[in-house]
Amino acid sequence: MNELPADVLRNRDTRTSAARGHADSTAAFAGRSVLVAVHDATAAAAALFALNGIARRLVVCTPDIIPEARGEIARRAGVDAVVDAPLRSDGHRRHCSTDWLTEWVLLTSGTSGAPKLVVHTIATLTAAFASSVLAPPARPIVWGTFYDIRRYGGLQILLRAWLSGAPIVIREPDESIGDYLARAGASRVTHLSGTPSHWRRALMSPDARSIAPRYVRLSGEVADQAVLTALKARYPEARVAHAFASTEAGLGFEVDDGLEGFPASLLTSNASPGSRQADVEIAVVDGSLRLRSPRTALCYLDDNTPIADAVGWVDTGDMIERRGDRCHFLGRRSGLINVGGLKVYPEEVEAAINRHPAVRASLVRSTRSSITGSLVAADVVLQPHVDGGGGAAACRREIVDLCRRALPPHKIPATIRFVAALDVSATGKVARRA
Amino acid sequence: MAVRADVIAQIRQVAEDNGQQLPPLTDELVLLDSGLDSLSIAIIVARLEERLGIDPFSDPGADEAAYPVTLGDFIRFYERAAGGRVAESGYTH
Repeated sequence: MNELPADVLRNRDTRTSAARGHADSTAAFAGRSVLVAVHDATAAAAALFALNGIARRLVVCTPDIIPEARGEIARRAGVDAVVDAPLRSDGHRRHCSTDWLTEWVLLTSGTSGAPKLVVHTIATLTAAFASSVLAPPARPIVWGTFYDIRRYGGLQILLRAWLSGAPIVIREPDESIGDYLARAGASRVTHLSGTPSHWRRALMSPDARSIAPRYVRLSGEVADQAVLTALKARYPEARVAHAFASTEAGLGFEVDDGLEGFPASLLTSNASPGSRQADVEIAVVDGSLRLRSPRTALCYLDDNTPIADAVGWVDTGDMIERRGDRCHFLGRRSGLINVGGLKVYPEEVEAAINRHPAVRASLVRSTRSSITGSLVAADVVLQPHVDGGGGAAACRREIVDLCRRALPPHKIPATIRFVAALDVSATGKVARRA
Repeated sequence: MAVRADVIAQIRQVAEDNGQQLPPLTDELVLLDSGLDSLSIAIIVARLEERLGIDPFSDPGADEAAYPVTLGDFIRFYERAAGGRVAESGYTH
């Protein structure tokens, strides 16, 4: 492994990394299960690199996890050490230890609101680019990502920069897209990644003009034609690519032909005979996208449930429709709603709505948004005694208030529609599909 | 003026729902400086689509692919999509 490029730490002033003297040096973490819970993204990156190969397990806590919720995650992950302040740098330690093949545990949203814990290793996390980073680039690369580097999409960029020794400009949790763009521009970022929602916001920022990227990458949500077209218009020199990836399945594929969806020729069954066997196989079975690759996570931590089936395939749960020689994303089979890269399980919103005494039943579904990809919409059946006029209007306000108290903003229904009955002819998973 | 009034009304409504104070809504206001986050803008766009039947973000058009930066841009974005009702003037740039 390489040593940590100094650039990772050069992005911000050193106030945070220097000031806190009480943090342990890396030796204290040997063989432990470590919760990395520093708020500062740059300090978290430094801690992850310092402890890879030393800690038995690194639990990569995202900054949105409130301190009260960390205890439960720590319990589930058998955590016996916590990094909650920047690590004091070990001057003598120049290279990563390989004492442990450290488990990297990433957090991703779960049905109940509690995050799922997904177990990766450096091997699975870097499989998508481990071979390509060895070749020196024709022109110097400066990486950037709108993602927090503790989420899969951001961690991919961080590791890619790390392996190749290229600098990366890390976005801090409280840094606005505009401020980050200005900083990325000043650092001459050439390769910039984010969700379509990040990019739409970037395009609405005056600072969008401060960057001149050669590579613009979208992942984490379905990229629609409008955002792809707008990015190509704004950055005509850039290669605009959208990728399919998930925390569990890893990076599937990347498409850079400027069109939404992906070509059916990517499907393994359609690969022309004799073509080079890629390390990722792609298939659509029963309408959903399946991937088989060395980039897939090992298992869920709680019960060691494997991510892939017995022969290595992962069912991503993303529904695909083929139109001609193009495959398009229809949404999630489970009804999972992706609001600007943040997941919402309909069940948790329905549970909040159903607490209102006048609600008989509710169905929460995704509605398309040109800004955040999707928004949460609710169909609500009221008890028969509630009249359709003033009573319903009051209910709407109360339901929103209930949701506001129980849920973060992206999970609160953007629209609530009162209906006489929920669609019973199309039940279960199908009914959830928008 | 109808489009402008609808846009302003929806922005105020979403801010009020969030218990948020908005700066003065001038045409020069940079949307991202208004305190409205992506989610708020998404809700405004969804409600405007319900009201006006248009969503210029879903089809920025081949010649005009630029996303709006200021409130004035945003309003013009809608006015153009609604059929070029830019007539009433009042813009300062």
